[in-house]
Amino acid sequence: MAIEIPENVVVSRLDSLASWCRKNSLWPMPFATACCGIELMATGASKHDLARFGAEVMRFSPRQCDLMIVAGRVVMKMLPVLQRIWQQMHEPKWCISMGACASTGGVFDTYSVVQGIDRFIPVDMYVPGCPPRPEQLIQAIIDLQDKIQAEGTIGGREFAMRSRQQPKRALVELNVLSLPRGVSNLPQGVRVE
Amino acid sequence: MIKPETITALGERFPAVRFSEFRDQQRAAVPAAELAEVFGFVKETQGFDLLVDVTCVDYLNYRNAEDRFGLVYLLANTTTNERLTLRVYVNEPNLSVPSATTYWKGANWLEREVYDMFGIEFAGHPDLRRILLPDEFTAHPLRKDYPLQGRGERHNFPVLTREEG
Repeated sequence: MAIEIPENVVVSRLDSLASWCRKNSLWPMPFATACCGIELMATGASKHDLARFGAEVMRFSPRQCDLMIVAGRVVMKMLPVLQRIWQQMHEPKWCISMGACASTGGVFDTYSVVQGIDRFIPVDMYVPGCPPRPEQLIQAIIDLQDKIQAEGTIGGREFAMRSRQQPKRALVELNVLSLPRGVSNLPQGVRVE
Repeated sequence: MIKPETITALGERFPAVRFSEFRDQQRAAVPAAELAEVFGFVKETQGFDLLVDVTCVDYLNYRNAEDRFGLVYLLANTTTNERLTLRVYVNEPNLSVPSATTYWKGANWLEREVYDMFGIEFAGHPDLRRILLPDEFTAHPLRKDYPLQGRGERHNFPVLTREEG
């Protein structure tokens, strides 16, 4: 039985509609700690104009953001701060690891620099480069929008998928997760207040 | 540059001080026992009113080195534009020198950094805590016997998954 609907009514799935709204209004949380942050600022500025993709509303409170862009190296004193900010962001939320340092530690293979933030918080998109061009970051945001549209659900069921809970394949293959922890008498998870 | 009179005055007052010169820069190696007196002399009598920097060198495995740590005090006289470098050598187990904060307030954070990175104790310092590393850090990472990639401190954090938020 055909139901006649007016011309100005669009029919869609609720999941698809929610994802469409979310992907076009990403509010980034700029976690900029190094030179990648300069490129992040250039991305938001007039020449590259992140507003064309609906992601220009940089907010410096994690409670107003749903996209964390980690731009720059994260040292071990900063990591508890990073995790705390990530936990304060509301669901659904995504994370872009921008640049070589945030993704792998980059050239800073030293005692204080975390060798990739994906060891300790979930990451959805990686941007290579040292630092990446603004076009690369824009491409990452476009790809993230496609990802949100493709698999997003209104209830956030995609975040509970088994593939999102497992450690990254590279970390397993490189045997990173079995590296010695806590040799320095530090109990795991000691935070600096 | 430094005036010859200043060198002469310092040498006469403290005969144990050894002088050397490198590219027109005068260095004075001071015995650790006389350091506090030398501070007072160069500050009050010779007018070195600015402490530019306090830093340290670890001479472990350094060729021809006799001492483990060499402290460096860079001083300046803002009236006469003289500059002087004081060197103090310390060895384990007694890694303690008198604090320069008595004479230069600016030594506070500089000495905290040396304490943080090398573990040198500054006797009389008003607030000797770590300044850069987290308080619960147990090592002194700029010592040469500390591995470059650390002892696992950078891996020592809880892993947040999507389920945990």
